[in-house]
Amino acid sequence: MRLILQRVFALCIKELLALLRDAASRAVLIGPPIIQLLVFGYAATFDLKHVPFVVYNQDEGRLSRDFIARFAGSPSFGLLRIVHNQNALEEAIDDKSALMAMDIGPNFTSDLERGRTTHVQLILDGRDSNTAGLAMGYAQSIVTTFNEAQIAEHGAIPPSTVLLDRAWFNPNLDSRWFIVPGICGILTLLVSMLTTGLSVAREREMGTFDQLLVTPMRPTEILLGKALPGFLVGTVEGSLIILVSIFWFHVPFTGSFLGLYFGLFCFLVATVGIGLMISSLAVTQQQGLLGVFLFMVPAIVLSGFATPIANMPQAVQYITLLDPLRYFLIILRGSFLEGAGPSLFWPQYWPLAVIGVVCMIVAGRLFRRRLS
Amino acid sequence: MDAVVVRSLSKSFGKGAARRDALKNVSLQIPAGSMTALIGPDGAGKTTLLRLLAGILMPVAEEIRVLDHPLPKGALALQGQIGYMPQRFGLYEDLTVEENLNLFADLHSIPRKMREGRFAELLTMTALGPFRKRRAGQLSGGMKQKLGLACTLIHPPQLLLLDEASVGVDPISRRELWSIIHQQVVSQNVTVLLSTAYMDEAERCDHVILLHEGEILAQGNPVQLAAPLQGHAFVLENIPTAPRNLQANIAQLPGVVDVVIQGDGLRIVMEQAGPPVLPGKLAVYGTPKAVPARLEDAFVSLLFSRSPHHSIPLPPQRDTAHDDAAVVEVKDLSRYFGAFAAVKNVSFSVRKGEIFGLLGANGAGKSTTFRMLCGLLPSSSGTLRVAGVDLRTATAAARARIGYVSQKFSLYGSLSVQQNLSFFAAAYGLEKQHKQDRMAWALEELELKDYTTMNAGSLPLGYQQRLALACALMHEPSILFLDEPTSGVDPLARREFWARVNALAEGGTTCLVTTHFMEEAEYCDHLVLMSLGEILAQGTPTEIKERVRRPDRPKPSMEDAFISLIEEHEQTSRRAS
Repeated sequence: MRLILQRVFALCIKELLALLRDAASRAVLIGPPIIQLLVFGYAATFDLKHVPFVVYNQDEGRLSRDFIARFAGSPSFGLLRIVHNQNALEEAIDDKSALMAMDIGPNFTSDLERGRTTHVQLILDGRDSNTAGLAMGYAQSIVTTFNEAQIAEHGAIPPSTVLLDRAWFNPNLDSRWFIVPGICGILTLLVSMLTTGLSVAREREMGTFDQLLVTPMRPTEILLGKALPGFLVGTVEGSLIILVSIFWFHVPFTGSFLGLYFGLFCFLVATVGIGLMISSLAVTQQQGLLGVFLFMVPAIVLSGFATPIANMPQAVQYITLLDPLRYFLIILRGSFLEGAGPSLFWPQYWPLAVIGVVCMIVAGRLFRRRLS
Repeated sequence: MDAVVVRSLSKSFGKGAARRDALKNVSLQIPAGSMTALIGPDGAGKTTLLRLLAGILMPVAEEIRVLDHPLPKGALALQGQIGYMPQRFGLYEDLTVEENLNLFADLHSIPRKMREGRFAELLTMTALGPFRKRRAGQLSGGMKQKLGLACTLIHPPQLLLLDEASVGVDPISRRELWSIIHQQVVSQNVTVLLSTAYMDEAERCDHVILLHEGEILAQGNPVQLAAPLQGHAFVLENIPTAPRNLQANIAQLPGVVDVVIQGDGLRIVMEQAGPPVLPGKLAVYGTPKAVPARLEDAFVSLLFSRSPHHSIPLPPQRDTAHDDAAVVEVKDLSRYFGAFAAVKNVSFSVRKGEIFGLLGANGAGKSTTFRMLCGLLPSSSGTLRVAGVDLRTATAAARARIGYVSQKFSLYGSLSVQQNLSFFAAAYGLEKQHKQDRMAWALEELELKDYTTMNAGSLPLGYQQRLALACALMHEPSILFLDEPTSGVDPLARREFWARVNALAEGGTTCLVTTHFMEEAEYCDHLVLMSLGEILAQGTPTEIKERVRRPDRPKPSMEDAFISLIEEHEQTSRRAS
């Protein structure tokens, strides 16, 4: 038993040394995660800020200026320019210099002052449907406050039902809080799969695998020695990103570290298992890399990282049940934002553990079959 | 006119402390239409020189003109006129032979009309015609090299640069490669510059350049180079037994530069002209006879004078009582890959402490046999016993009895020498003090002490081979498998390697070895000659050579035996099918 542990330990050390001493593989472990963290953390956001818009104002009254000022002063919109004819307005949308165009009729102020309903035309660039929808929503809320102000000014009775919205867990609906914990899951997945998915193939290519097989090491020991570095690298990388999320991006951590780390452990069991499975199938490193990415891309799309699982077709929703990242994202977001502890995560822990154990067993089988 | 003119050329790699001079102040001239060989130990700068002349490295030189193109300015123009074949030629393994040729024809923009003729010519020359549709990855080592050469020759070059084109190639394919190269020189008046680890190849060239640590140690035609050594070479014939022991003893005598086993005798090269004096007990073996010196003698003694004695460990006398026990037994062993029989009904046995050689052309089934013996590959039928067990089914612990050095010196390239040793020691279950002792032994005995922190991947080839041997010996195995351990290694490193193997065998370790060097086959106690998966001949080197003795060939060499036995067999089996 002691000898077995010693051999597994030696293989584990060797794997880590091989990873860290080689400049190229070191760069793969350190470079892309940092770049992705920065790109996702800063660039990927669902919030709209400074949507450029143009105005064709045919009204000369006070209220239209007030109306435009409410838009221009909001952090969501930025006034690009005032145009003076219909064509210029169309052009601004056509050449994408503006995302939104506002056409205010000549009777805006006079209609309102007489207590009549008036119309403002809002043109949105529908080529980017998601952004257009969001901008529309923001515009709607600005119009609502404008209307309320008008009503108050005329001393009329305010509308009877008023919506008081409060977002729990993320009061300002800052999408960074939603995205950054997700990156932790994606990057942990990436490095643990890269470490394990290529390790056997690398040795096959170098010819060192035969050398390993003629030593007294058993296939299970080799598999174990290959799995441990994946765990280690995954844990270190995951912890690093958790720290960056908390201290750099200031995402509040409200849950328990115990719950999160047990989740990370279960998640790594699953990803390392899948990595080893790919590894025992791949003959060359190229095949291994292809296998890793063939798994990674759907795993991210189906995880609910960017698009909600509830929006997917029912059949696809069933497939997401096989995706380890799906469960880990729930654990991550739960730990960061919801203040959830380990007791709430059992529905996530056990599927991860099942996926992991099944994959490990399959990897072991494939590995042994490859040898004969 | 000179095809190549080089005046004080230098080249170094790395910066600061890691800076290493690959070439120092080298000057040379190569006349057009001649054949020049570059020889020298590993890391002497042969590859660097070839790459510089091909215009793919930036030179520092007073003058470097190749085919009248000044380098580095004229590199692009030059590259259209030369053929350069690097050590590992970049064949596209997933393309067929024909597609590879087409690709290289495209790269050299050879018009479609001219291709068919040229292809037919090259395919006939390389005898690859029947394999047109086969993927390059499935060709044997020798065929790959021939295809590589064919791709290099698609656009007839004026200068051909070949970097160890015959490494890992069996004698028959090697002969074919040489006849192709020779034909280019004779019929096309091509200038050839090649680097090689084979002294017999260098001997066939017009001009030989000996490089050592980036400097030219000697150059001239092979006869000139060997001339100073005339009167230094001797042969001691008809040694009844234990040539290895005698070899080691004579190597220790003062003034002896080199001793190698040749047939049932020893070939001795002296530092001074004049025969060796065999003292005391050794006198019974008779008086050494003077023989003409060869290029190899010059090579060895020139390098010997540079770096005096590389100590050859003297094997300890051992108890030979149990030597009749067979430690490896193979009976009717076969292995099929689909319908293809890689090994057919092979039987042989190896006794304890023997050096047992497996010879054969590329793809004859040697490596497959080795892999089955090591338990890396299951056999299709037949029985095999290594140290009494079948390693395929035996417990993991039984594997600790064997050591394996594979063709590619399987080391972890990004780990240091120390880390490689430490890993393999632990993998074999050595612990604490024992592990420390063995690691110290390996560093000391295999002279790796100066390289402990260097990455295995950046060691010179000869040192990689030593390290691979050290790793395989960490656990003191009783049986050692060596699969082409000397492929691409220079003559000096090969001598050292064999001295170690001899010492191991004398110490009781059984050594199984495959090799493409026919002179190394002579060092074996017992040989098996394989072709197309079958055993053609087995016995002592003398017995095998005896089989091809004819009146017109009274003293056949090992290479003669190899070539005629295999060709005869290939012909009969082709007739049968």
